Amino acid sequence: MSLISETGRFFLLMQRVFVLPDRWRMFFRQFPKELEKLGLQSLPIVAIISVFIGFIMTMQTKLNTSNPLLPVYTTGLVTRDTLLLEFSSTILCLILAGKVGSNIASEIGTMRITEQIDALEIMGVNSANYLILPKVVAFVVMMPFLVIFSMGLGLFGGYFVGILTDILTTGDYLIGIQYAFIPYYIFYSLLKSMIFAFIISSVAAYYGYYAYGGALDVGKASTNAVVNGSILILFFNILITKIMLN
Amino acid sequence: MIEVKNVDKSFDGNHVLKNVSAVFETGKTNMIIGQSGSGKTVLMKSIIGLHRIDKGKIEYDGRNLPDMHMREIRILRKEVGMLFQGSALFDSLSVLENVMYPLEMFSPSTKEEMIERARFCLKHVNLEEKAFGLAPSEISGGMQKRVAIARAIALQPKYLFCDEPNSGLDPRTSLIIDQLIHEITQEFNITTIINSHDMNSVMEIGENIIFIEKGVKAWQGSKEDIFHVDNESLNDFVFASELYKKVKKVNQ
Repeated sequence: MSLISETGRFFLLMQRVFVLPDRWRMFFRQFPKELEKLGLQSLPIVAIISVFIGFIMTMQTKLNTSNPLLPVYTTGLVTRDTLLLEFSSTILCLILAGKVGSNIASEIGTMRITEQIDALEIMGVNSANYLILPKVVAFVVMMPFLVIFSMGLGLFGGYFVGILTDILTTGDYLIGIQYAFIPYYIFYSLLKSMIFAFIISSVAAYYGYYAYGGALDVGKASTNAVVNGSILILFFNILITKIMLN
Repeated sequence: MIEVKNVDKSFDGNHVLKNVSAVFETGKTNMIIGQSGSGKTVLMKSIIGLHRIDKGKIEYDGRNLPDMHMREIRILRKEVGMLFQGSALFDSLSVLENVMYPLEMFSPSTKEEMIERARFCLKHVNLEEKAFGLAPSEISGGMQKRVAIARAIALQPKYLFCDEPNSGLDPRTSLIIDQLIHEITQEFNITTIINSHDMNSVMEIGENIIFIEKGVKAWQGSKEDIFHVDNESLNDFVFASELYKKVKKVNQ
């Protein structure tokens, strides 16, 4: 299928997704489950990666910028701005595209090949709206919290370099992460991550919804969801940065 | 009653259904039979509206499906129950919740009334109460079929579709499921259409049988008529086994 027809089919699906639910009661029953599954269950992986990346980023920055002409706050500042601008939004979303994207695509794909989606359609239910809307909304709502959580833990990981090693003092690090702070970066990062959350969940749902065949095909749908979701994130990252930071 | 008139359906130039016409009567178990790849599943999915037909009419008590708008189709589908080949129960819901699902979506009843109705349907298909709280994966294939039947009749449908209801079941359980479908059809006066290639089912409950061969309706009749047919392909299909050849001899 060509890129144009795939895009067209994606928007047609989204047209069916973004309508008022048949029953709000059913939507609000699904919504907390999705918040838990897509958001809360992602906390451990977000925590582990953020702490370690914060740690290693601080260490690498310090070791590779050991120039006496650079001010002492450089390491903290670089770590903070990298976390705020790219890691806790873009890189985190690329990681979550793997975890959450494959989860959504395989769940909906399995429902498709086991005829559960057909069963919903035969009952007269708008299956796209019932299955996809709570996932997309829940993930978009959860993403800013995951990003803030990641920013905090990333900075905390960097602080550990000061405690566990002698290459940097905690004082220098703390000055660095407070120096020339631009609050707009947080807004930029949160907005960007919400757009990425929409991309991850909707693209994964699209591939799952149109999966056909057997278990192998669900696997393919899952892979396509992750790969194409990641490419779109990278593409939109350039676009959003150009618009918001230029 | 469902009437299919001159229906054609093709996929990418492959002509699967060719000018098929048939009448599926109310209160009877109507069966679509035929070899694998003959087009019977496509016919059933076209009747339900999962496939859009190229030509012809599909009338539900005079209402032509291809002429309907999406909104009308969704209203019609509330009158339809379907039993899928693999049961298609929702994994994330318990047995009771599966049966309650269509009620929660479309019934104005209170939660207590829905639970009562779901329990009634499950008891009607002879499912033990201890299974009500289990997940679909925790019950046997036969029980899953019963739950799927209970879910299909929860909204008191006027039309019931069954796609290979006996696939993957042992002969005894198959017989129970067949009898259950037959009883429900007569009790609630439903138009039931069963897609099957199980000859035991055909001989047990086939009141109006349609034989599809290479996308064409090759024969229509009852299980009593089937012993006196001179259609070679139908005879080859129905009386393929030695046992059925003997049964045919006895009946003739």
